[in-house]
Amino acid sequence: MYLTHFETQSDSFEELAMPLFDQLYNFANWLTRNREEAEDLVQETYAKALKGFPSFRLGTNFRAWMYRILRNTFLTSRTGLKAQMTLSLDSEEEEPPELPVEGNTPETLLMERSNLELLRRAIDELPVYFREILLLCDLEEMSYQEIAETLSIPIGTVMSRLSRARKTLRNSLQITVSQGMNHGL
Amino acid sequence: MVCESWKATLDTYLDGELPSEEMRAFDAHVHNCPSCSADALTHLQLKRNIQAIGKRFTPSAEFRKRMQQRIAGKARRNSFGFAWVAATAAIAVLVAVSLTTAYNERGRVRTEQVYSEVADLHVATLASSSPVDVISTDRHTVKPWFQGKIPFAFDLPELKDSEFSLLGGRMTYLDQAPGAHLIYDVRKHHISVFVFQERSLRLPGRLDENSFAPKDLSFNVETWSQGGLRYFVIGDASAADIDGLARLFKDAS
Repeated sequence: MYLTHFETQSDSFEELAMPLFDQLYNFANWLTRNREEAEDLVQETYAKALKGFPSFRLGTNFRAWMYRILRNTFLTSRTGLKAQMTLSLDSEEEEPPELPVEGNTPETLLMERSNLELLRRAIDELPVYFREILLLCDLEEMSYQEIAETLSIPIGTVMSRLSRARKTLRNSLQITVSQGMNHGL
Repeated sequence: MVCESWKATLDTYLDGELPSEEMRAFDAHVHNCPSCSADALTHLQLKRNIQAIGKRFTPSAEFRKRMQQRIAGKARRNSFGFAWVAATAAIAVLVAVSLTTAYNERGRVRTEQVYSEVADLHVATLASSSPVDVISTDRHTVKPWFQGKIPFAFDLPELKDSEFSLLGGRMTYLDQAPGAHLIYDVRKHHISVFVFQERSLRLPGRLDENSFAPKDLSFNVETWSQGGLRYFVIGDASAADIDGLARLFKDAS
């Protein structure tokens, strides 16, 4: 009898979890920056989620639950621990200074040269806390509430961290613009 | 000057996260303000570009198939994962029958979830290619490694006159709460010791020193609370070994 129960449960887990497979895999790659590690991370995430599925409350946000498991698994991995060393979140409220924009803005650079590779590199170089929140918002189109659930932080922190992430990204692109102009690009 | 306040909330506006009244006011403002309109356009462009390059990695067909098989019932029935789920289910049935009158349903399920999660952490770690992040048999190396990584301190026992040896440690999470995971060896059996802050966990009342542990659990396990910390000792070693290591920890704290 319990087999039937768990088969039913695993069916509903599969129905809920497999549609998220591609995006979780993509997100895992952005976090780990390594294909093999990303596969391990996704595999461990699904194993944990399947085991913990009986504790998942139906009706609550399954996507945020899966992303939270993936992220926590990443943060306790060797790569995740190393990544956390790169940024202190003590000064959560401190905004990075906005660099002066002369001529081209980062966005026009990207529009004019269609050079999305610059943007990809700039995102890759962001500290993991900025990289993840930016991707959850702009790529996964999560609401602030959903991001707050995924990262286990208050909405106010989501807003301030997102703002810092965007400013850091824009500043990084601005530096690229300036360097490009100096090199006659 | 007025535009400064609009610009401050520009990203929140583009994320669609302003209250509806403010969204409407912002819409009206953007339509009439060339400066804010230009800013909105450039910020939106960046958002779209992030979206465009964000979808960058696609899983291989082989990996997708492997994962589907793992999740699908047939594959899981033969795997340890399924065996564990089934074992947990069997425990659920047994416990529900024998203890229904003594414990309420919610507490029972929660207790099993805790044991299940702890066993899961133990198995997943041992199956990992790098089970420990700090590799050392020296407790004076392992203990300081956790400083700054977990929000509490704990003591590790002296093992000189015992059969146990320390292999190392790593950070772990239970109920989203950070904790320490230590791995010991005794006669080729690996034993995990987990330490968490008691108040960070949503534990059922019955998880005390002499608490019930699921009889059909594939592992021997012991748990207790001491000095505000919750300890779990789990492994496939004998109950006497598990108890022996637990005693060493109790004496050290």
